[in-house]
Amino acid sequence: MIVEAKRSPALYRLRRLIGNIGFGFSVLVLISPAILFFLWMFSLSLKNEMDNTDWPPIFIPQSPTLDNYREVFARNDFLRFAWNSIVVSFSATGIALLIGVPAGYGIAKTNAMRAAALILIARITPGLSYLIPLFLLFQWLGMTGTLTPIIITHLVITVPIVVWVMISFFEGLPPELEEAALVDGATIWQAFRYVALPLARPGITVATILSFIFSWNNFIFAMVLAGRETRTLPVAVNNMLTFEQIAWGPLSAAALLVTAPVLILTLVAQKQIVAGLTAGGVKGG
Amino acid sequence: MQQAETIAASPARAQRTRNYARNYGWFIVPAAVVVLAVIIFPWIFTIYISAHDWHLGGERRWVGFDNYTKLFSDSRFGWAMLRTLFYTLLAVVFPMLLGLAAALAFNRKFPMRGLARTIFILPMMATPVAVALVWTMTFHPQLGVLNWLLAQIGLPPSMWVYSTNTVIPTLVMIEVWHWTPLVMLLILGGLASLPIDPYEAAKIDGANGWQAFRHITLPLLMPFIVVALIIRCIDALKAFDTIYVITQGGPGSASETINIFLYLQAFAFYNVGYASAVVVVFFIIILALAALLLWTRQRVKMS
Repeated sequence: MIVEAKRSPALYRLRRLIGNIGFGFSVLVLISPAILFFLWMFSLSLKNEMDNTDWPPIFIPQSPTLDNYREVFARNDFLRFAWNSIVVSFSATGIALLIGVPAGYGIAKTNAMRAAALILIARITPGLSYLIPLFLLFQWLGMTGTLTPIIITHLVITVPIVVWVMISFFEGLPPELEEAALVDGATIWQAFRYVALPLARPGITVATILSFIFSWNNFIFAMVLAGRETRTLPVAVNNMLTFEQIAWGPLSAAALLVTAPVLILTLVAQKQIVAGLTAGGVKGG
Repeated sequence: MQQAETIAASPARAQRTRNYARNYGWFIVPAAVVVLAVIIFPWIFTIYISAHDWHLGGERRWVGFDNYTKLFSDSRFGWAMLRTLFYTLLAVVFPMLLGLAAALAFNRKFPMRGLARTIFILPMMATPVAVALVWTMTFHPQLGVLNWLLAQIGLPPSMWVYSTNTVIPTLVMIEVWHWTPLVMLLILGGLASLPIDPYEAAKIDGANGWQAFRHITLPLLMPFIVVALIIRCIDALKAFDTIYVITQGGPGSASETINIFLYLQAFAFYNVGYASAVVVVFFIIILALAALLLWTRQRVKMS
């Protein structure tokens, strides 16, 4: 390359410039489906029905309006469903952390590969396949129509995520500190509580974010188990489609509101999400 | 491990180590109880249900393997299986190729790389149902923005999810949009861990970019590519939300994959015995596939 550059520096620079432009263009091609999709979603949510069904499509709203958002909040019990979603995702994530973080520690310490393999199998099984037996069980127990069965089924997603992330995190911690504590007479619980747990805070953050997102996004469990009052947001927004085929504005506004918390979380905690996903390739559902 | 051996040298200490090892069990117990209740119990109960002619809110009768024999002569199930294979094949190949290309691009340094990467992974985190609804609007044959885009580049309009011929490729397109970022992240993690030395040696030997990629990057990256492949295969087989929200298996049954078939059997026809047999068969297929891919990974690691 050096030889080439000496021979004709202008040609070399030109070739580099073209290469860079080509590269920039391909990056643009890579990210444009994501950008265009979310912008179009946003644009649909800001236009009235006339503009949304106009041809050719109107991309930038001439007179943007918040009417669609007002409409979403005004009916459909949107706030109630939002509250359901919040209760379900926070409970499922909280319970999963409470039991999954110690479990991840125990598995990492005892190198219990069989437990880890079980968690992995749970992670690859389709969520749908848990639904039939759990549905029958909840029916017998008379729990349908409350949020409890939905929270319990969400544990199917959140517990494996938390345990899996925490195993890989605790395995990465140097064991010397806890051993020093144990030699000084601490119980293993104290060693975990006062030494390992504070060190594991970044791992817990990752586990919390991923578990929350996949619980929030989950559709199928609430779809089958929720009654009229206990729908979560994804189920509620799907029901809007069924009844109003062509109301694109309110539908886009609702869809955007449902996914906005997750998108904002992704923008804020991008680093943790990437770390968690590459560590174990975890994904819920 | 060396430490454990030196500790074990004195008998009193050996006793203590063993105690520790046993006590760690208590850390796992709460999670084990939950896993037993929400994961293991459903597995076993599903097998039990599958041996019954069992209707929700109706009769149940022990039939042994009848549901399974019925399944293998059910042409609707056979077609669902074929569609799932077709869907999975497309939904694995394209994200893998694009994900590899994207990982190579994001491995280079360029201005605003962090922002570009964040935007690139947004589809993966977005709520599938919300996203599927907006995709449905873009597929509208007369008013959808996608047909307008096709017209701009001089292509005839498509029927997208409204025609039996285009419905599966269209659903795959969404899947590609959705999950290519995960493949990219898994491979990008691999690229970050590659050593630099071989590239310097190759440069001295006069290898060009393609040769370096073909003979250094690709072999070193293979374990990561196989992991991404495993995860992609399983996720593609699991695909449900998007298909259910957009087509519910239609038009007709043109996009009825195993998951949709299973859902309809259980929660539209209330035929839970038959549906449980589908779950068991599907579960075995997924496990076999995972085992096969893990075995491949082991072999790639060895060579």
